[in-house]
Amino acid sequence: MSSPDPHAAKPDADGGGRVVLDASGIQRATTRIAHEILERNPGAEDMCLVAIVRGGQPVAELIAAQLAELAGRAVPLGALDITLYRDDVVARGVRPMPRPTRMPFSVEGKRVVLVDDVMFTGRTVRAAMDAVLDFGRPGAIQVAVLVDRGHRELPIKVDFVGKNIPTSRAERVVLRARPDGELEVAVV
Amino acid sequence: MKHLLGIEGMTRAEIERVLETSEAMLEISQREIKRVPTLRGRTVINVFLESSTRTRVSFEIAAKRLSADAINVTRAGSSLSKAETLADMARNLAAMSADVLVVRDSVAGVPHMLAERVSVPVVNAGDGCHEHPTQALLDAFTLRQSLGSLEGRVISIVGDISHSRVARSDIHCFTKLGAEVRVAGPPTMMPAGIEVLGVKPCFSLEQALAGADVIVMLRIQQERLDGALFPSVREYSRTFGLTQRTLALAKPEAIVLHPGPINRGVEIASDVADAEPSRILEQVTNGVAVRMAVLYLLTGGQT
Repeated sequence: MSSPDPHAAKPDADGGGRVVLDASGIQRATTRIAHEILERNPGAEDMCLVAIVRGGQPVAELIAAQLAELAGRAVPLGALDITLYRDDVVARGVRPMPRPTRMPFSVEGKRVVLVDDVMFTGRTVRAAMDAVLDFGRPGAIQVAVLVDRGHRELPIKVDFVGKNIPTSRAERVVLRARPDGELEVAVV
Repeated sequence: MKHLLGIEGMTRAEIERVLETSEAMLEISQREIKRVPTLRGRTVINVFLESSTRTRVSFEIAAKRLSADAINVTRAGSSLSKAETLADMARNLAAMSADVLVVRDSVAGVPHMLAERVSVPVVNAGDGCHEHPTQALLDAFTLRQSLGSLEGRVISIVGDISHSRVARSDIHCFTKLGAEVRVAGPPTMMPAGIEVLGVKPCFSLEQALAGADVIVMLRIQQERLDGALFPSVREYSRTFGLTQRTLALAKPEAIVLHPGPINRGVEIASDVADAEPSRILEQVTNGVAVRMAVLYLLTGGQT
């Protein structure tokens, strides 16, 4: 019933673990990512951001705000739940709760930037690409993540990364909200 | 949830989990490509031993939108006409590696009986006068869309309460979700002791509808009535039919549900069925989403 949701930005009273990116670090990282996105996609023409829910949502919102400021225009922001596309859901096991997807625009011919909090095995991005393709044929798909922790299991690369963090496979990397509301990334 | 046999055996949390999962499923049906790969390679067998269009098609579409293979078995043309027992037929279907059996039968308890005899999850798609759990779930889902929550809402169920599996499942579902449920119909259609289910019996439409938030009109099931429970269809319609006049007794923003198929001019007037308070077509749309959620949750293998 209460299966752990790997994409939840959970409030965590004590925190715990090792903080690798604090609120100002996250701000700097998303600002840099926004600049790099504009370099690759001049003027933010024909592009859209798609957050992978739920962890990608706060990151995508920060990047969207930066892009709006830098490009002087609002970039469409969608939210994609990939639960029903996950390869580990197809196997038998406890069913995670799917959350509604919101794609209030067409991706046809657009440059789609997928946004997530942590890049790990690459399976989430694989599922997200399948999901995006069910909404149309984008001109290109790029990937932006706040943290890349390595351990890829699929041939998937990141286009825009906030910070590379070497981890062991057993560790968990979480984007979480502190009691005061500030975001941080920690290795636990 | 191993099986979905009835609302009676479900907890409020289980009901809410199905309803929340249905929210995500609803969006899939609005896409241009209405299909997700979740149940790729799974097989859903719809065993419909009693006639049905809406529910059978709804389950079939639900299975296909999740990429499962859907197979339909009906009584005519099945080996039941060769006197094979139901249990043997179900075991054989399970032996062909079916992942879910969806069962409708005119006899109450058939899905439960099969669930004890096969290892695959069984979904009750309506058994006699007993339960129709997915209908109640889609009714609750439709009400939550309009009302947010059912807590404290007054819901009147009107019609042949005795013979209605929809009424029974709705009563369990709505009371578990915190609503105040009234039932109304002619005395011959009201089971004695219905109060034990936590509902208030009313013997006039006026009493049932006064101040109601929701009106659920049941179909007069001519095929299930062997004796005459009321003198004439016309008299039933005059005393218990929902018209613009009787609808006005409920709250101004009251909404109307009907499980279908509707008998226009019998239990519901055409101008009510097609009017703004009616959620009848939304119910059908939501039915696919709710059944997708049920298939998704049951194929997980554990709770």
